[in-house]
Amino acid sequence: MTLIPNSETDAAYIIRNAAGDGKKLSLCGGNTRAGFGNSAEPAEIMNSTGLSGIVDYEPAEMVMTVKAGTPVAEIETTLAANRQMMAFEPMDHRGVMGTLGEPTIGGVFAANVSGPRRFVAGAARDSLLGIRFINGRGEAIRAGGRVMKNVTGLDLVKLLAGSHGTLGFLTEVTFRVLPVPQTVETIVISGLDDATAAKAMAAAMALPVEVSGAAHLPQTVRFRFLGGALPSGEATVLRLEGLAASVSVRAEKLAAVMEAFGPVSRLGLEESQTLWRQIRDVYPYSDGTLKPVWRVSIAPSAGHQLVAALRLETGVDAFYDWQGGLVWMRMEADPEADLLRRYIRALGGGHATLLRASDAVRAQTPAFEPLPDAVAALSARVKQKLDPAGIFCSGKMGYASPTAGGIL
Amino acid sequence: MADTISFLKPREAVLSRRAAIIADLTELLPPECLVHEARELVPFETDAFVSYRRLPLAVALPKTTAQVAAVMKYCHRYGIPVVPRGAGTSLSGGAIPQEDAVVLGLSKMSRILEVDYANRTATVQAGVTNLNISEAVGIDGFFYAPDPSSQLACTIGGNIGMNSGGAHCLKYGVTTNNLLGVKMVLVDGTVIELGGKHLDAAGYDLLGLVCGSEGQLGIVTEAVVRLIAKPEGARPVLFGFDTSEHAGACVADIIGSGIIPVAIEFMDKPAIEICEAFAHAGYPLDVEALLIVEVEGSEAEMDAMLKAIVEIAGRHGVKTVRESQSATEAALIWKGRKSAFGATGRIADYICMDGTVPLGKLSYVLNKTSEIIDRFGLRVANVFHAGDGNMHPLILFNANDPEDAARAEEAGNEILKLCVDAGGCLTGEHGVGIEKRDLMRHQYSEADLNQQMAVRYAFDEGWILNPSKVFPLDGRPAA
Repeated sequence: MTLIPNSETDAAYIIRNAAGDGKKLSLCGGNTRAGFGNSAEPAEIMNSTGLSGIVDYEPAEMVMTVKAGTPVAEIETTLAANRQMMAFEPMDHRGVMGTLGEPTIGGVFAANVSGPRRFVAGAARDSLLGIRFINGRGEAIRAGGRVMKNVTGLDLVKLLAGSHGTLGFLTEVTFRVLPVPQTVETIVISGLDDATAAKAMAAAMALPVEVSGAAHLPQTVRFRFLGGALPSGEATVLRLEGLAASVSVRAEKLAAVMEAFGPVSRLGLEESQTLWRQIRDVYPYSDGTLKPVWRVSIAPSAGHQLVAALRLETGVDAFYDWQGGLVWMRMEADPEADLLRRYIRALGGGHATLLRASDAVRAQTPAFEPLPDAVAALSARVKQKLDPAGIFCSGKMGYASPTAGGIL
Repeated sequence: MADTISFLKPREAVLSRRAAIIADLTELLPPECLVHEARELVPFETDAFVSYRRLPLAVALPKTTAQVAAVMKYCHRYGIPVVPRGAGTSLSGGAIPQEDAVVLGLSKMSRILEVDYANRTATVQAGVTNLNISEAVGIDGFFYAPDPSSQLACTIGGNIGMNSGGAHCLKYGVTTNNLLGVKMVLVDGTVIELGGKHLDAAGYDLLGLVCGSEGQLGIVTEAVVRLIAKPEGARPVLFGFDTSEHAGACVADIIGSGIIPVAIEFMDKPAIEICEAFAHAGYPLDVEALLIVEVEGSEAEMDAMLKAIVEIAGRHGVKTVRESQSATEAALIWKGRKSAFGATGRIADYICMDGTVPLGKLSYVLNKTSEIIDRFGLRVANVFHAGDGNMHPLILFNANDPEDAARAEEAGNEILKLCVDAGGCLTGEHGVGIEKRDLMRHQYSEADLNQQMAVRYAFDEGWILNPSKVFPLDGRPAA
């Protein structure tokens, strides 16, 4: 049976009782990101879909408050009617993870889900201004607020963002929104190998042209985008957004510099919108299989080095977002978690998250990057302070820490 | 001098061992890294919230993370409070020590360790000043975005502690949005690293939690910050309005129109007069409110944005419009605003408030602020970041008159409560420190505060890190 509270009071009541009985709860929104993390201890599912609706939206203040179970689609429609958007471009995981259902805004923030604009405009957590949540004692807690600048006390908002339902049950979120850019254009540089593409993207980011998307799509994935309409060869794509007059000036400037790297072509508004949505949603690996898919965050200049090193040892396909700092990888067979994580450390650090895999693989692979002992111990102590009885999804984010004994 | 804010009672067990503690610290630090003579401790007795002073037990000025760790480990072992300090520019008393505390100053750790343009990051020691970073990378076309008014002096470690903002954060965000990683020393001397040159955290966002924690969770010794390509140009426009309501409505309309200027600054009549008398920036003296709106980009882009912005101002009955035709004119427009605090300090003592309110409430809060100030028989000048609702009323008073000082403090508290009641918060960028500590219950419920304090306990069970700050002294839960 799934628990679906219809109010914050109900949610608090359920959690208070669960804590008293030591009953485990698995928290979610629309459960479209169900495969995230490691399988937690068996637990009753409690979702936020009963808490739905826009509470407050002042377009002139660029701030929206909604209940956590509100469908992302409803929010996007309402924002679009006012020519506004969530700047962090939350990705839709349904395609790549093969899940059904309706993504909720609570799920977006609980998993800190961001898209291509993240590397310049911030992650979901950067747009999140305030939250209400129920902690593991069943207390309703408010953190942050509805103003953009707020340093009053500890920033529990950031802590809850990306905690994947292991620290509290989000009931309401307040986030910043931004105007939709008047127009979008994409500069495509064709035929660059991964290393040259990394150099080209770094060069683009050093120019005062405000690139808001920088991705590299190698041959193996390029044909999957825009129904195969991208020019032949690898495609390095750079997005420009803003006022029409300004975008065309910046596009000229950017194209002039990029021509030194390879042939340049351009995409207009509609093709750009489709392309960046497909990049956001990891379209090439939305393939209906359970081949392991990794999401790797690493220094932008190290992304291609990581892939090159792995290719010598195992079957891997990859493409790059965030100037090369976000690497999407599909493994042919084995997830090669140890190898991958060893190379990430050798290249200066970062983290790899196993986004998709068969149950058998997931059972044997730490889905989130294992933390150094001291950080793991600290994280376990933090978890204990929010969820003292350990009833929320324990085990989802990591294993027992040797020193603290807790699990996340 | 007002003395209504209390500090924790000094720990007798620490005070009585003062000599032994100093002897032990001498073993841990080179001689030039330890200050303990009473006379030499004086510069550390307060910060920019100068109404309160406490002489610390000693001041440690380590040069390495290992020395910071050694001091922390020692203080943790003996339950000695530690007050971290950057440049001591806190406006909320965040760096004011206490008699039983060792001040841990990061000023000797002021090197830029690495600039990495391919990844657009700078790795710096915590004692580097904010402006130093932008200066070091400016020649190559980059900058570090958060720009607090004190950027010439304030350190990146202090910025992280307070999650500092600045005039330009409307577009680029505050410290937490520009911080990629830290090396920090935990209370027991353990050194950890959070984040790095990659984006987002593995595991919980402890980096986000540490940023703005006012030195209560650990000592940051190094940071990785995000660099941004400098825009081609920036151009301000100055508007004068007959009423602050018109100026406030203009701000809301600019934001709502889809244009994001890089800064929108507001000054009321008293502030205009004070700044004009000092800076001779040519500000109009026949208006009640003044806005400085700055846009960035190429010439074409700035032209387009300024045209739209001037049109919007026109709809709100703007009385004076001054567009800058040259770099000199642009600098002059900013000169008055940037000298606001200094200019105010010339004519009176002042305390600077930092409440933030929703944009739609700006005029309401300004009017209510005037009422409060009138009621206390004081004067106020308002200079603030209007684009993000971050108010900075400067309450003028005479520091030599204890009653006047007490009135100013009380009026300030009422203004901050007003901000919270209007849907805002106590502090937008200065931090809680001691100044706003006792107002925390006005913004948060008991359960909210207890949850924050519980998380604090996860980092510092003995409550030795900057212990008199942020949370009301009474009602702190047991571990």
